[in-house]
Amino acid sequence: MPTTREIKRRINSVKNINQVTRALEAVSASSVRKAQNAVLASRPYAQHAYDVLVNIAAQTTGIPLHPLLEVREEVNTVGVLLITGDRGLAGAYNSNIVRRAIRFVEQYERPVHWVTVGRKGRDLIRRWIAQVKADEHAPAVLKDQQIVAEFSYLPADPDVADVAQIVQILFDEFLNVPVDEVFIAYTHFINTMTQQPRVLPLLPLRPFEARSGAISELVEPDPQVKQRNRDYIYEPDAYAILNEVIPRFTELQILQAIRESLSSEHSARMVAMRNASESAETLGEALQIEFNKARQLAITSEILDIIGGVEALNQDGA
Amino acid sequence: MPIEVEVVSRVRQLYHTESADIVIIPGSEGELGVLPNHTPLLTTLAFGELRIVEGEDVVSFVVYGGVVDVRPHKVVVLADDAESVYELDMDQIQAARDRARQLMEEGVGGEQRAQIVQELRRAEIAAKIRSRIGERPGQRIRSLEEDNG
Repeated sequence: MPTTREIKRRINSVKNINQVTRALEAVSASSVRKAQNAVLASRPYAQHAYDVLVNIAAQTTGIPLHPLLEVREEVNTVGVLLITGDRGLAGAYNSNIVRRAIRFVEQYERPVHWVTVGRKGRDLIRRWIAQVKADEHAPAVLKDQQIVAEFSYLPADPDVADVAQIVQILFDEFLNVPVDEVFIAYTHFINTMTQQPRVLPLLPLRPFEARSGAISELVEPDPQVKQRNRDYIYEPDAYAILNEVIPRFTELQILQAIRESLSSEHSARMVAMRNASESAETLGEALQIEFNKARQLAITSEILDIIGGVEALNQDGA
Repeated sequence: MPIEVEVVSRVRQLYHTESADIVIIPGSEGELGVLPNHTPLLTTLAFGELRIVEGEDVVSFVVYGGVVDVRPHKVVVLADDAESVYELDMDQIQAARDRARQLMEEGVGGEQRAQIVQELRRAEIAAKIRSRIGERPGQRIRSLEEDNG
């Protein structure tokens, strides 16, 4: 039986943990709201930019007007942009999206260039790559992969300027280096209890397959828009306009995915912390009962001692 | 029939109206005034002042590049970045200018330099527009608070 002092110490530490988890829960709850508001604020631009994009793309048949629209016949190497958190204590959030991305890579069977956002993703993927390379039985194609860039500790409330570098690297990979397709792996926010890890195609941009692409996160694909395109005048020319719209639009897509992931991360953390708080409370109650028992036991044994002493004195006196 | 105008930047929607008479747009190929029934047009934006004339009122924005989609009764301005002229703060602009000038004199290279040049250009244009607005006679300039209230 532990002493009352030992139990008291454990009760205190459980209480401390409870306070920390409650604080984390509250912080996450407010961050979810902030991230969701930011998602909504970018919607109008995204929707209009998409309209413009489809409008121009609909006019051209055959040759794509912009290199980022070019669908390559043969896909040799793929790029994967993996979005995770920098910190743990978010339940299964990080491992879920990483597992989803790995499964995708295993099924797609192409050499991979990874770009990771978030410290957790970088570490997990690095470990996985090392593991695959050490494994004799792993398929050869899986050994041909590397992390080409990593970004960690983005600001809590990222904006377009913060993703500019990420976008630049993806464009470089796609336009200059032999990456033929780029996918984005992120966690879609459904609600506080549910988040869904997803892997969606990002580049080349396929304006007319919006429903299956990462675009769907951002816009309502409008089937009417194809017919709406009339005899537009382009100034200076269609390429210049696409060159303005496509990078911005891609930037927003990535930013949006990061914001969705942030919302998901914060909700996952909120739920994990709530569970932790509840467990801490249960544990605290159990410990309190144990403490009471130990205290009572101590008192009882003290009384027994005293009574024993009194008895002994009485017998001596008799 | 009036024109519907929407001004959006990548981070927010700045303005929406359904009763514009003329929209004056800083296009990359020159300033253009859009009246109702304009032919459909897509053009890139320069850095400059966007003016929306609604009856007696002129609503004015500074836009820093982007694209504009003109349709017969609707104009959508997709700005890379934009702010209402009423948000422009002369002191801040001056500070940004001084900072950029100083950095240029100290001499920084490469990408950073391009960024500074860009910032300086922004500040110069914002300053020019702000001072022009101040001088414009006889026009009632609406404040954003009025719109929101």
